[in-house]
Amino acid sequence: MGLSKKDVQHIANLARLEVSDEQIDDYVEKLTQILDMVDALKEVDTSEVLPLAHPLHMSQPLRVDEPTEKNQRDLFQANTEHVEQGLYTVPKVIE
Amino acid sequence: MDRLTVSQLSAGLRSGKFSSEELTRQSLARIEAANPSLNAFITVTGEEALTAARAADRKLASGNAGPLTGIPLAHKDIFCTAGTLTTCGSRMLANFVSPYDATVVSKLADAGVVLVGKTNMDEFAMGSSNETSYFGPVRNPWEVSRSPGGSSGGSAAAVAAGLVPAATGTDTGGSIRQPAAFTGITGFKPTYGRVSRYGMVAFASSLDQAGTLTITAEDAALLMEAMAGFDARDSTSADQAVPPYSKMLDESLAGKTIGVPREYFDDGLDPGCERAIRDALDVFSDLGAKITEVELPHLALSVPTYYIVAPAECSSNLSRYDGIRFGYRHPDARDIGELYTRTRQEGFGAEVKRRIMTGTYVLSAGYYDAYYLQAQKVRRLIRDELMRCFEDVDIVAGPTTPTPAFGLGEKIDDPVQMYLNDIYTIAVNLAGTPGISIPCGFSGTLPVGLQLIGPHFGEATLLNFAHRYQQQTDWHTKTPPPVSNDGAGE
Amino acid sequence: MNWETVIGLEIHTQLATQSKIFSGERTRYGAEPNTQACLVDLGYPGVLPVLNGKAVAMAVKFGLAIGATIERRSVFARKNYFYPDLPKGYQISQYELPIVSRGSVVIRLDDGSQKRVGITRAHLEEDAGKSLHETLKDRTGIDLNRAGTPLLEIVSEPELGSAAEAAAYMRKIHQLVRYLGICDGNMQEGSFRCDANISVRPSGDTELGTRTELKNLNSFRYVEKAIEFEIERQIDVLEDGGKVVLETRLYDSDKDETRPMRAKEEANDYRYFPDPDLLPLELDQALLDSIKESMPELPWEKEERFATDYGLNPVDIQILTASSEGAAFFEASAAGLAGNFELAANWNKGELRAALNRDGLTITDSPVGGADLNSLLRRISDGTISGKTAKEVFEAMWAGEGDADEIIEARSLQQITDVAALEKVVRQVVADNPEQAEQYRGGKQKLLGFFVGQVMQATGSKANPAEVNKLLRAKLDADEN
Repeated sequence: MGLSKKDVQHIANLARLEVSDEQIDDYVEKLTQILDMVDALKEVDTSEVLPLAHPLHMSQPLRVDEPTEKNQRDLFQANTEHVEQGLYTVPKVIE
Repeated sequence: MDRLTVSQLSAGLRSGKFSSEELTRQSLARIEAANPSLNAFITVTGEEALTAARAADRKLASGNAGPLTGIPLAHKDIFCTAGTLTTCGSRMLANFVSPYDATVVSKLADAGVVLVGKTNMDEFAMGSSNETSYFGPVRNPWEVSRSPGGSSGGSAAAVAAGLVPAATGTDTGGSIRQPAAFTGITGFKPTYGRVSRYGMVAFASSLDQAGTLTITAEDAALLMEAMAGFDARDSTSADQAVPPYSKMLDESLAGKTIGVPREYFDDGLDPGCERAIRDALDVFSDLGAKITEVELPHLALSVPTYYIVAPAECSSNLSRYDGIRFGYRHPDARDIGELYTRTRQEGFGAEVKRRIMTGTYVLSAGYYDAYYLQAQKVRRLIRDELMRCFEDVDIVAGPTTPTPAFGLGEKIDDPVQMYLNDIYTIAVNLAGTPGISIPCGFSGTLPVGLQLIGPHFGEATLLNFAHRYQQQTDWHTKTPPPVSNDGAGE
Repeated sequence: MNWETVIGLEIHTQLATQSKIFSGERTRYGAEPNTQACLVDLGYPGVLPVLNGKAVAMAVKFGLAIGATIERRSVFARKNYFYPDLPKGYQISQYELPIVSRGSVVIRLDDGSQKRVGITRAHLEEDAGKSLHETLKDRTGIDLNRAGTPLLEIVSEPELGSAAEAAAYMRKIHQLVRYLGICDGNMQEGSFRCDANISVRPSGDTELGTRTELKNLNSFRYVEKAIEFEIERQIDVLEDGGKVVLETRLYDSDKDETRPMRAKEEANDYRYFPDPDLLPLELDQALLDSIKESMPELPWEKEERFATDYGLNPVDIQILTASSEGAAFFEASAAGLAGNFELAANWNKGELRAALNRDGLTITDSPVGGADLNSLLRRISDGTISGKTAKEVFEAMWAGEGDADEIIEARSLQQITDVAALEKVVRQVVADNPEQAEQYRGGKQKLLGFFVGQVMQATGSKANPAEVNKLLRAKLDADEN
């Protein structure tokens, strides 16, 4: 199944990626090739099959409700220059 | 230049034949000499390594050393290491200093290994050739115009070229086994959940598993004893005791059964590879194992299934790279929308973006059932089919890759051709079973890998088979020609 | 045309755990920005979520309380969207398989009628951080202390027919989660928040109209006002021949109006899928049994018991059982007052609440405890002091001057119940007021009050009024003879 340029722009927007006009044809072509390849799955009858999210049958372990962390804000915020008054900063968001 | 195994080095350290500091200096010198041509390392931690080596020497002198104390080792640059760069092969994390250690890193440090550096890899482990790295491709020490495989290509090249005796890797669709095959070493991917994923930068969470790149299966066993085990920080890690793998290597193979999937020997398989694999199976026959044919009729669907499941998970896992708290940030975004799109556009490479796009698409409204849900169902078929094999056979064996190492640039512009190269390794990840690739000969001048696959938590069995084979053969001792340090021409 | 309103509420309750739902970070309110945000909360590369068992137990408690199905297997999913205060770019929530499904609560309306409201589901999820748009100049600041705080999202059926019903339902859920001890219910701090889905349709229609979603209604009053405004707005739109647009709107409490949110220009596509970092949550019988055993008495169970044990009227019961703390206070204050529980009820509703309100205290901070009040009420009940004197004693207790008996003793407030002593005063008062005595005997019975007042004045209000009445009557009637 082919993808249109509009599809590609829509996906890029959902994924917060910028796709320039020069790149879009390449995306259309390669994503279409990939989708053609995975389309093979559509031929498989899975009406009686349950989806498998994890390869092993295990259930979720539970953690005891106890605080274990110390404040390490300075260490963690060393990975960005964009901090003011302890807040991470971004361009003004309008709600 | 000699290339000793972990086990040999460990014995030498204990007997005082050499010190950890000497080994570490030798390793650092080899890296310095070879890295310009191989590009196997992104970061070399020389100072820290020597400090750790001296501490290891004190421990050795005091008689409190374990089998890994003082052994130089490299981590794939996907494992977070506190205080040093962890780039994951991406511009997005090119300046990222992790504030914490991955569980694999801290466990191996506790066991006394000396970390000499972080190895190059495909960006976010997405690639089968190491060409998607922001830091440039790694070169195959057997032939520098060829790919060492990916995504753990830096680790594989480093071990194959004797820069380090062992390295860690991760395997989401073959990323340990395929580079091991391409570089003529042993690559071991344990059962999903056997080794903690905490601190391992996520690509596809339900498939990712940490493992080892070593010269021998015995070395893999030694490393696994230190790396494996339940981790309370990883909900998906298995709460099961870790067997003493290195003590279980010598068991006889007499009466054991090896299943060989008919589907592994199709037209796509290189004749040189096929010959090497058939010869290897004969060796196992000589060791007393029974060879029988098994069927994996859904094998061909493992690539399409994988290329839905893995991109879906990655599209979500990589949403955290938004430039706000860490990582690359587009310097002058005018609004929040631009901050996201420019940061992610510039921070990610082409293959990563392609997979994010694919993953976003297969999860999006109207396509989820047809793609993602269907892939999850086929994933069950593939897993169950492989599980059924183990009702009749102890392990499954076949080629690791359809061809030996391909040339750099050969497939990079054709993603689907690149993906199809993973045909023999991917089902193992979908099923969550352990797999190992061991050198079993050559196709022309290039090494060929034999893949052994075991049932869930069948690590000891796989390592036993691989070790017995390596006792019988010397393919794993073959070393690539010395690497010239004048750099490989582009 | 007559219009019918259909409202469904999504209530987000912050679960009262010590640590976050997927990390060991603290959940205290009001910490310095980003000092309670660990690597997991920040979505650092390589970190993984591990589920807090207490949050699970709290969700189960809620499910049991509303008679819902507790799903033995539930699944965490990722809800994918980009927002600066959502560090991972997805929220871990439950989507297809929530932990609690199909329950209900009964709400009581102002006219005394009751209505059962269905609860579709309640699921566990993590809270996002906070975007601060006003704190910094030209920038939005992100505080991730709240990121990862456990939430139980409680989704009602679209069965609420008015703003009043919605508010009553919200109050009922608020009461319940506080009874269960799973949420502190603090709306100012955002521990209990509500989104409302509202639509209107011509009466009798079976198909639902287009709905709008009102976000973050953080007080009972705003819920009612915002919904009322929105219903009116939708009806106006439809009556003018327009169409209601499917959108998210914010309530502006200053202007008392709703307006559309500007940010979300594109229809959301959250791309839910099972979180591969988490395994299916499977609850075994032993865990369910232990949670069942730890269930407290529920509001409606308490109401029933208060009617049986204390014989109180429904209105008093509503007031006294509004919170479990209030109910416990009442029960402590009423202990041993058989036959006089109404006295305890009146004091709880009256003096106690007045004093709390005056000093801006909650019942748990009351300087006079339930048992303290009980010892005071016993002194009224056994005639040691009058109700009027008791108020004075209560104020002194409130001020910390001691317990009831100490204050009565120290201030000599015991009623005079010595008949001989009282008779003496009565005799004197009657003798001092011959004119009034004459009029009383002539039939002006109302004058008894005058004599009572005189006696009380003479005794400094310490005389037992019942005894004084009895003695005065006897004296006045006897003198006649």
